[in-house]
Amino acid sequence: MSKQVVQLDQVIIRFAGDSGDGMQITGDRFTSTTATFGNDLSTLPDFPAEIRAPAGTLAGVSAFQLHFADHDIMTPGDAPHVLVAMNPAALKANLKDMPRGRDIIANTDEFTKRNLEKVGFTANPLEDGSLDSFKVHPIALTSLTVEALKDCDISKKEAERAKNMFALGMLSWLYHRPIEGTIAWLEAKFSSKPEILKANIAAFQAGWSYGETTEEFSVQYEIRPAKLPMGTYRNISGNLALSYGLIAASKCTGLPLFLGSYPITPASDILHELSKQKKFGVATFQAEDEIAGVGAAIGAAYGGALAITTTSGPGVALKSEAIGLAVSLELPLIVIDVQRGGPSTGLPTKTEQSDLLQAMFGRNGEAPVPIVAPRSPSDCFNAAIEAARIATVYRTPVFILSDGYLANGSEPWLVPNEADLPDLTVEFATAPNHQSADGTDEYWPYLRDPQTLARPWAVPGTPGLEHRIGGLEKADGTGHISYDATNHDLMVRTRAAKIDGIEIPDLYVDDPDGDAKVLMLGWGSTYGPIGVACKHARRAGLKVAQAHLRHLNPFPKNTGEVLKRYEHVIVPEMNLGQLALLLRAKYLVDVMSYNQVRGLPFKSDELRQVIEDVIANGVHA
Amino acid sequence: MSTAEIPALSLVPKTSIDQSAKDFKTDQEVRWCPGCGDYAILAAVQGFLPELGLARENIVFISGIGCSSRFPYYMNTYGMHSIHGRAPAIASGLAMTRPDLSVWVITGDGDALSIGGNHLIHALRRNVNLKILLFNNRIYGLTKGQYSPTSEIGKITKSTPMGSLDYPFNPVSVALGAEATFVARTIDSDRKHLTEVLRAAAEHEGTALVEIYQNCNIFNDGAWEPLKDNDVRDDVTIRLVHGEPIRFGLDGSRGVARMPDGTVQVVSVEQVGVDNLLVHDAHAADPGVAFALSRLSDSVSLQDTPIGIFRDVQRPSYDRLLRDQLAEAKAKQGEGDLGALLRGNDTWVV
Repeated sequence: MSKQVVQLDQVIIRFAGDSGDGMQITGDRFTSTTATFGNDLSTLPDFPAEIRAPAGTLAGVSAFQLHFADHDIMTPGDAPHVLVAMNPAALKANLKDMPRGRDIIANTDEFTKRNLEKVGFTANPLEDGSLDSFKVHPIALTSLTVEALKDCDISKKEAERAKNMFALGMLSWLYHRPIEGTIAWLEAKFSSKPEILKANIAAFQAGWSYGETTEEFSVQYEIRPAKLPMGTYRNISGNLALSYGLIAASKCTGLPLFLGSYPITPASDILHELSKQKKFGVATFQAEDEIAGVGAAIGAAYGGALAITTTSGPGVALKSEAIGLAVSLELPLIVIDVQRGGPSTGLPTKTEQSDLLQAMFGRNGEAPVPIVAPRSPSDCFNAAIEAARIATVYRTPVFILSDGYLANGSEPWLVPNEADLPDLTVEFATAPNHQSADGTDEYWPYLRDPQTLARPWAVPGTPGLEHRIGGLEKADGTGHISYDATNHDLMVRTRAAKIDGIEIPDLYVDDPDGDAKVLMLGWGSTYGPIGVACKHARRAGLKVAQAHLRHLNPFPKNTGEVLKRYEHVIVPEMNLGQLALLLRAKYLVDVMSYNQVRGLPFKSDELRQVIEDVIANGVHA
Repeated sequence: MSTAEIPALSLVPKTSIDQSAKDFKTDQEVRWCPGCGDYAILAAVQGFLPELGLARENIVFISGIGCSSRFPYYMNTYGMHSIHGRAPAIASGLAMTRPDLSVWVITGDGDALSIGGNHLIHALRRNVNLKILLFNNRIYGLTKGQYSPTSEIGKITKSTPMGSLDYPFNPVSVALGAEATFVARTIDSDRKHLTEVLRAAAEHEGTALVEIYQNCNIFNDGAWEPLKDNDVRDDVTIRLVHGEPIRFGLDGSRGVARMPDGTVQVVSVEQVGVDNLLVHDAHAADPGVAFALSRLSDSVSLQDTPIGIFRDVQRPSYDRLLRDQLAEAKAKQGEGDLGALLRGNDTWVV
């Protein structure tokens, strides 16, 4: 009997369970299916730093949120429509985010007295009426899975582990997802373990059939494909997009890619991905520590490679001195900081934007470094290419400030054509560039291009251009050691002028009616929630402008003018006001900070409220 | 063996120009203190490099921080004076990506063994194609006279007015402990020995560590005096020569033998007999005996200090293995196709 099909324009699902329940895989798989189906989507994985916290505890809850729609969306969504809770801990940890009236699918097998007590439930919430305002679907996911797999030649424990595939099958039915992709994926994943493969496919199909036959679900939902610009799409996470952007940048610049890195959450996936791409000539080096990672990259840059080091905030702290050396050597280097909660070890798996000032100022001496910040997972690709452009044209280290949300979150990406990538061909110095008083040809490593102020890049192996560079102050032009006071003043100012003069596009302002008095100005991964907040505010008749900074050093030339155009400038940040501090200092504009450091992206609804408050009262709550 | 056949240098372009030491001097005024041991090392390096016949532009000197680390400024090659302790890491990145370069690291006892100790041991175990010259003067010179990680215990310095409390490192023991493939010790004032060791290091594929006993005549003058004094040096120095019995002393009366309990000790040749002396085997796969030899010397009196090549074994260099993996990936998977990479396996068309 086929059930009623209801059309929806968007759905937010949150899968939550124990760290060992396979929630990230389930979420990933549902995402892939949803992507190939053609919905627009955005994801938010949220997992603990511990690999396996004690089973059934709040500390061990791992969640994956997916927002998908038949239209263009920008965020993983504020509040789930459906929560899949694999155990009482998952229910308890996520219930506060659930608006009343929404669906909760709970695995009743795990709601045992012991598991309930572990997280402080004195009675079973599935039975005591406390969830009456929700649509609760109590389903014995584990025992249904074990029952479905009774003919498989696997242990009971292995059968129980397939419960996430049962849940995936059930939700795939509920939201009308195609199943072929998941079956092909399982076949590839378990090709060497035929019994496990059989069991997982059986569990997945049993989940699907259960959805179709159970009276628990009276309707099936359909979310039509989104109308996105024409082209070929794929789903991509920020770390993957960064990795691909670096490989593309290697091609654009004509330089071999070298990564010197030390494993750190949430940046390690870039190291993993690039390590797989040796056929592109990508050399990766897992160094003994963060300092050696950046050190090796500087060595490779000296030799003419497109050199990268990847890390997170604590690693940047360790690399600071070496980045200062790269400033002094004026060699191209890309430093990728996938920001996480700080200070110190902080919140390794949670997102934050609190390294802006570290990237900006975290070195001894006057050591300016350009900063590029991607605004969405797929935008990481373009950010990598932009960083490579700045690094190679201006011979400077460049920061890319990604964050934990961008790194692991994913969205559909209109795959670019190779032919449309920019030409960033690098010219090394090949001949002397100066004549001494006696007419001898010489090479001056610090004789600058008058336009960009960049110095020439002569790599070892170039005859006649042998020269020495180092971290001591250098004489303008010759690059010889110089302790001269006037020369030092000149060199400090010249290095600063070089960075200040980097050519970047103007700051674009989205102000549909052109008469908004309030500007929402963000940077980095807050683009999505700010954009949605502005859209919803406008839908409610409010006038608000939006602008988003991609370059944080230097700022776009029109930044000051844009700031002064508005009565109120609201700067939402996942820190305590770092961009706001820079803007106030540079432009003397009294921008209004809106901050949170909860390790999670902003909710668009709270930002919409901020816009409303500021428009109504000139301040926010 | 000509340099063309030497694995470490086989990928480095040769020059057809006749080179002399003068070609390796720069126009920069050398600014070490008069009488510093660094001058002798600089002269020895500039004097022996022409022998290798390498294109000068394909030689790179990378240093850290300290007196010795000014060295690259005085070499008319490519060079980088980097930051404290990090030269092995920086040089590793260069050597891994540029097999056509002969890469040298210049460092000191503080730079290599204190602030940069971690990078040193990892470069040694990894066997990157680097030649590390560690100038050991048992003192911090550039910061004006604090004790170093090789200073003898109880050293009175500005930072240890009542004597240092740290037990010192023996750099050769450290390197052998890290299973470095080439480990040698030589002395700044012994030009002939220094040159021989440098030549052997240059020809070695992988990381070579050369500890050079170097005198700081300002802050630690005479630190190695027993090994330099014409009257006593032959009495305290054990000269290691591969394939020869280890015998030393003013009249050759002493030697090194393996004892029944497995240890290696200094013995009287008369008592033990020449045939029972240990024959030095720098190519021994196991670093155990070389390590035992490195432990013979007394860190204060310097009695029984071996110099020469402790260990010289073959193990593929890290950079060679890295290049092999890149080549293998291309051979098996074909040259990378960027378009295919970006599209991946799961696309849809709108």
